[in-house]
Amino acid sequence: MQEGAVLEMRGICKYFPGVRALQDVDFTLREGEIHALMGENGAGKSTLIKVLTGVYEKDNGEIFLKGREGAVNIRSPQDAQNVGISTVYQEITLCPNLTVAENMFIARTKSKGVNWGAMNRRAGEILRSLDIPAAPTQQLGSCSIAVQQMVAIARAVDMECKVLILDEPTSSLDEQEVQKLFKLMLDLKKKGVGIIFVTHFLEQVYEVCDRITVLRDGQLVGEYVIEDLPRVQLVSKMLGKDLDEMADIKKEHTGEVDMSESGVVLEAHQLASVAGIKPFDFQIRKGEVNGFTGLLGSGRSESVRALFGADRTTSGTIKIGGKTVKIHKPLDAMKHGVGYLPEDRKRDGIVGDLSVRDNIILAMQVMRGFFRPISRAKAEEYAQEYINLLEIKTASSDTPIKSLSGGNQQKCILARWLLTNPSYLILDEPTRGIDIGTKIEIQKLVLKLADEGKSVTFISSEIDEMLRTCSRLIVMRDRKIVGELKGEDLTQAKIMATIAGGESAS
Amino acid sequence: MKAGRLEPREKQSKLRSLFRRQIFIPIAALLVLVIFNLITNPSFFAVKLDYNSAGNPVFTGNLVTILDNASELAILAIGMTLVTAASGGQDISVGAAIAIAGSVTLRVLCGDNARPETLQAPIIVAFLVCCVASMLFGAFNGTLVAYFKIQPMVATLILYTAGRSIAAWINNNTLPNISEPSFGYAGNFIPGIPVPTPILIAIACMIVIALVLKFTTLGLYTQAVGINPNSSRLNGINPAFIKFITYVILGLCVAVAGFIKVSRFSTINYSVVAKDIEMDAILAVALGGNALSGGKFNMAASILGAYVIQFLTTTLYAFNVDSSALPAYKAVVVIILVVLSAPTFQQKLTRLKKKPKMAAAAKEGN
Repeated sequence: MQEGAVLEMRGICKYFPGVRALQDVDFTLREGEIHALMGENGAGKSTLIKVLTGVYEKDNGEIFLKGREGAVNIRSPQDAQNVGISTVYQEITLCPNLTVAENMFIARTKSKGVNWGAMNRRAGEILRSLDIPAAPTQQLGSCSIAVQQMVAIARAVDMECKVLILDEPTSSLDEQEVQKLFKLMLDLKKKGVGIIFVTHFLEQVYEVCDRITVLRDGQLVGEYVIEDLPRVQLVSKMLGKDLDEMADIKKEHTGEVDMSESGVVLEAHQLASVAGIKPFDFQIRKGEVNGFTGLLGSGRSESVRALFGADRTTSGTIKIGGKTVKIHKPLDAMKHGVGYLPEDRKRDGIVGDLSVRDNIILAMQVMRGFFRPISRAKAEEYAQEYINLLEIKTASSDTPIKSLSGGNQQKCILARWLLTNPSYLILDEPTRGIDIGTKIEIQKLVLKLADEGKSVTFISSEIDEMLRTCSRLIVMRDRKIVGELKGEDLTQAKIMATIAGGESAS
Repeated sequence: MKAGRLEPREKQSKLRSLFRRQIFIPIAALLVLVIFNLITNPSFFAVKLDYNSAGNPVFTGNLVTILDNASELAILAIGMTLVTAASGGQDISVGAAIAIAGSVTLRVLCGDNARPETLQAPIIVAFLVCCVASMLFGAFNGTLVAYFKIQPMVATLILYTAGRSIAAWINNNTLPNISEPSFGYAGNFIPGIPVPTPILIAIACMIVIALVLKFTTLGLYTQAVGINPNSSRLNGINPAFIKFITYVILGLCVAVAGFIKVSRFSTINYSVVAKDIEMDAILAVALGGNALSGGKFNMAASILGAYVIQFLTTTLYAFNVDSSALPAYKAVVVIILVVLSAPTFQQKLTRLKKKPKMAAAAKEGN
């Protein structure tokens, strides 16, 4: 083992049917460092992590840990925990129907009985020390995704770990929460914990990391000290090519919005839903890309869900194409040409066990009706068309969608809605947990759709991304609309100010 | 993923995919049973053309008996598969519901008289009333499961407990007996046709469900709802209604099975008729390799599963296994089949097979 290393992985190989997911990958983690593991979707980051944590069995290679003679054999997540490797996964893997404290201590009590009082007290202490706004006895499911994520981290941190793996921990956190997490990571670093940080956010990597290891197509590209690797180089190493595409994609976009009276595609008046948003007005025109922004829980998702009929509306009216329509359920909205890509891909988007093909045709099939099934041949044709168009990487259209990488799953859901040829498409966090290449593809696609005369609502936690795509931003705070920005007001600073409040922008 | 494909696997993929197919286990089980029977008793499958007491030509033999007796179970397996797929649970009340279906049929035909000289209503009317009644009971289960979100086993436990009493009550606890020979056609033979009618009815049901699955989106919807109800709803499907409708369809299957049952004997024994058939129906779904937690299903595999169960029972009878010991023998075979078709076991198996090849592939790669 190298001097100062806590973990060394050498020559790791992992195969899946038909695919070499990892080939001869080396990885070294030193004591007290934050080490970013970077790569596109399907580069092998998650597979490497899963090999390390015993979720997958490696087909070849060796793993060494500080203080242990010879290669360690990690066969299960339990093994990994026992040797001091803790993980927080991108998708929350806790039990929502247990309490916060139970989740933190599950499968960890050494004695046979459970001392509930002590457990809750200890959980309370940890939560307080990490500044996590949750009570130990609260049901985990009643916390926001961000808090659930932080509880998962608290659980991992409390375990006597030498290696902490954070797999996309920040994708569902807002800026403030991210800072809290970073503070926590730096604290742990001082204590000598080695942290593996998997993320898609470049800024965050440069904010906290010491070293970067880049993977591409299951192979090691290299390990770099952060100062030696400027951003542009990192991106080109990840993509394996120089990236002109990072340039302003808005340039080719005509940005023409139909301002005529008949140009209003959808108009909502004093709309409110059971999800608890304050009544709001909303309008979108042909060819327009607008966005809802605000902190987590500000009501941005709830607003678009009300437009789509995903949450039952309690008041207000919706006009589509100038006519008042009743939208009680998603199908009503779909029949009026509205499509909705939900925020939580795993929970609301994909139908995991169904094939890529069935997932792509699902919305169109439902719109055609129960007695008019799409023939197998036709479905295959549609699926192939969009697999090619969006460059979805899948073994075949028969592959269950759950075995695809996150970015490719998201492309399938996009394909599902594009296939219905909607006049108004709502995309709620379409790029969450997706690599840069796919992100840019999706952003480009949004602008292309607008140029074709469709209207798009684009929601993202990354203001950067909104600025690249949207011509109008609706800012929300505390479940109501607090401002609307367009033209020259569309700057990072102005948006932040409006989100934060103080002087109102509208 | 761009990473290299493994060539050696491609060559064997055809054979491998056959093994991987869900329907492989029930087919293999059937084949094993067939071979076993042929070895021990070459005449097991002999089919003879005989004449029954009424002087009509009929096929007889073990094979005919198996196919005949499996009919009700095969029909129930159709509905149970859909219910399982959509609601991720099973209806354990089908046996009791069959008692109700049979009782309703007899009540319509007999009226108040337990031994009527003439039928009080045309048989087809009795059958239709039986269908409506069974679908209503299915709707009752479906409402509890889909709209009140009660776990299927708990929801159907109600009818499981009460069903046979309700059946007895419908006929004032008398045991009606029908002497009219045409009533027995559905459960025995139609004069002139040597094939037992239940086999024909089962085939008809299979054709109907095949057509329904082909010409409607029922299959896609039930699977989507079973896998991810949230996502299904956001794609315009009404998950509650889909779950509800699968229970109604199972109700219809129960009506057909119940009608065959009473037709076989021209009478009914409320506490014994179709006893424990719900467990066999669930088992058929499981033997077909379908996840009892819902989602994807394979209808043909379920139906084959039903025939495997009946084949097994008949085989054991042919070996003069004591009827009281029969369930124990059956259990042993079922354990083997269920373990073989369990995903965990299959994964272990493929992993065992794969290891040497992976090593070879790794060498090639380097």
